[in-house]
Amino acid sequence: MSAAKKHIGAKLPTKPETVYMLRLADNALILGQRLSEMCGHGPEMELDMAMTNMSLDLIGQAKLLFEHILTQEDLAPNADVLALTRPLEQYSNCLLVAQPNVDFAHIMLRQYLFSSMQKLQYEALLNSSDETLAAIAEKSLKEIAYHIRFAKGWVLRLGDGTEESRARTADGLECLWRFTGEMFTNDTGVSDAVDAGLTTDFTQHYNDWLSETKTVLLEAGGLTPPEDTRMIMGGHQGQHVDNLGHILADMQFMQLSYPGLNW
Amino acid sequence: MVDSAHLLNLMAEIMDPEIPVINIVELGIVRGIEDGSPPSVIITPTYVGCPATDMISEMIREKLDTSGYGDIGIKNQLSPAWTTDWITKEAHEKLRVYGIDPPGAHAPSCPRCGSTNTRLISEFGSTPCKALHVCKDCLEPFDRFKCH
Repeated sequence: MSAAKKHIGAKLPTKPETVYMLRLADNALILGQRLSEMCGHGPEMELDMAMTNMSLDLIGQAKLLFEHILTQEDLAPNADVLALTRPLEQYSNCLLVAQPNVDFAHIMLRQYLFSSMQKLQYEALLNSSDETLAAIAEKSLKEIAYHIRFAKGWVLRLGDGTEESRARTADGLECLWRFTGEMFTNDTGVSDAVDAGLTTDFTQHYNDWLSETKTVLLEAGGLTPPEDTRMIMGGHQGQHVDNLGHILADMQFMQLSYPGLNW
Repeated sequence: MVDSAHLLNLMAEIMDPEIPVINIVELGIVRGIEDGSPPSVIITPTYVGCPATDMISEMIREKLDTSGYGDIGIKNQLSPAWTTDWITKEAHEKLRVYGIDPPGAHAPSCPRCGSTNTRLISEFGSTPCKALHVCKDCLEPFDRFKCH
């Protein structure tokens, strides 16, 4: 019997605007989901709350973005279907956000590297031809400022802390640095969105980001990024590995088991 | 013709679900009434992921429906982004009495004993809009509304 398989996934975006916004939404969703895994597992209660608060902010951003994407292109019947039912290779988040929660030092470093990039990425949306997107960016930037302050504070404290905390931060840097180049790559996803007037090219601020990040790392117990790192790319093109697969298995379970489920 | 002032008074009967001593107008969530047929209540979220936002929309819907304004809509507006500057002075005092240090340029102050000898415990408190401090004089932990 060759019963037609019921397709519950979302359609792929075809417009430069929706392709780009889906990246932003997936970044926020996946990092939000990653941070939510720390709920109940933080090193202490206040840090547990901090991580879940940041998770909440990011999932809030993702929700606004997914809902807005659907007003621009009919990819799915609702934001839940778009966010939670696509196969792995249709997620276009950068690889950094899916990296595992190895320890608190990794988590804070990942957050600092991502949020400091995201600030530049969202500032580039403030004069967008899409007023709703500009408003989402304006609103989110106020929250991103907290994420940076918090994560940077911990990178400094851990890097400049005990031998143990410094070693763990250095290990995080060794693991995570290779995923930073991708975030600032001016690929067609970015350049098409720039041509469409959706965003200005934030990737041109890469050197500023590099120099600021290196200054912070140096202050954090004299850490330096690994030399001559081969940057690993492909997340925006859907080339993910099993760490995202594990996130999706957890995140998609309810929506795939009970399509159309509502809270 | 809808009486905007009357509608705003109705909205002021709705208390914030997480800080039930201040209403959603003095908190700055209700931005106004937009003319139109039918008109709309304009609201803005405090934080994008704030779970109270959906609940507030439902509370407004219920208030409108039960007050004979079933045709009036609710519109979410993101820009300009919500700021703690929109919280009224009266609401500041209500927050203090409730045990929350209101936002502002002042040094963090213990809402119980008034001491400014305090320490920040966490930038992220029990809700997205608050940070957690502790008073070093009376030793009581307290929430402070983040300037935002």
